[in-house]
Amino acid sequence: MELSTRTFRVTRADLVRYAGASGDFNPIHWSDRTATKVGLPGVIAHGMFTMALVGRAVTEWAGAPDAVVEFGVRFTRPVVVPDDDEGTEITVDAVVKEVTETGLTRLDVTARCGGEKVLSQARATVRTAG
Amino acid sequence: MSLDPSFVGRTYPPTAPYQVGREKIREFATAIGATDPAHHDPAAARALGHPDVVAPPTFPVLITMAASQQIVDDPALGVDYSRVVHGDQRFAYTRPVVAGDELVCVNTIEEISSRSGHGFLTTRTDVTTVAGEPVVAVWSKLVVRGES
Repeated sequence: MELSTRTFRVTRADLVRYAGASGDFNPIHWSDRTATKVGLPGVIAHGMFTMALVGRAVTEWAGAPDAVVEFGVRFTRPVVVPDDDEGTEITVDAVVKEVTETGLTRLDVTARCGGEKVLSQARATVRTAG
Repeated sequence: MSLDPSFVGRTYPPTAPYQVGREKIREFATAIGATDPAHHDPAAARALGHPDVVAPPTFPVLITMAASQQIVDDPALGVDYSRVVHGDQRFAYTRPVVAGDELVCVNTIEEISSRSGHGFLTTRTDVTTVAGEPVVAVWSKLVVRGES
């Protein structure tokens, strides 16, 4: 399995679109006023949006959209998304932890934003294609 | 904030069925930039052996987050939702969610603990079809932040 680094650009527009698609309208994901009031540096991405991007990386690595059999993360650091055209960038890497006799591959995944890890204990098990 | 540990093991009544729509899967896939044809084109999904378009791995959270309001809104448990932060999230799939599924959630409280003034609540949601076929089990750990 080729585990090349995946990079995802995230802008405010992406958060608004994700809010609508997911039904998670928590204002910390679109209102600086609300985000700063609760002690955040500004609007942050939905944790589940970050996890969804990691899920994209995992399914792309696996080569099949239906290959994931187990997927878990811990949210450790917020992904702050500035209100500009650049937004921010999340990079996702993984290493193979184990390949089982039953054709499963266990991955340890790292997601970073601005050089800092935003998830811990991020693990995915995929059915190996082919 | 401390949550009553006697709620551990409590299982809530099944939720009303959620009808998984093809356009909802397409909308969600588009929102996360997932372009694989199996998320958008029923023929591509059928070629992989699925009856209709396949949902991305984190799609079930749409259903389980709504379903877990049962627990968060349980007045006896008394979670202050304005203090809730998402801690962990995990999915164990029997098969992917596909358009046309009618899904029912059963919520169970698996763990309650408190540490440094914060409450921790782990819920498991068993997602099955209305016929009882298991689809995915979903665990969420919520952190209820203490008053500082």
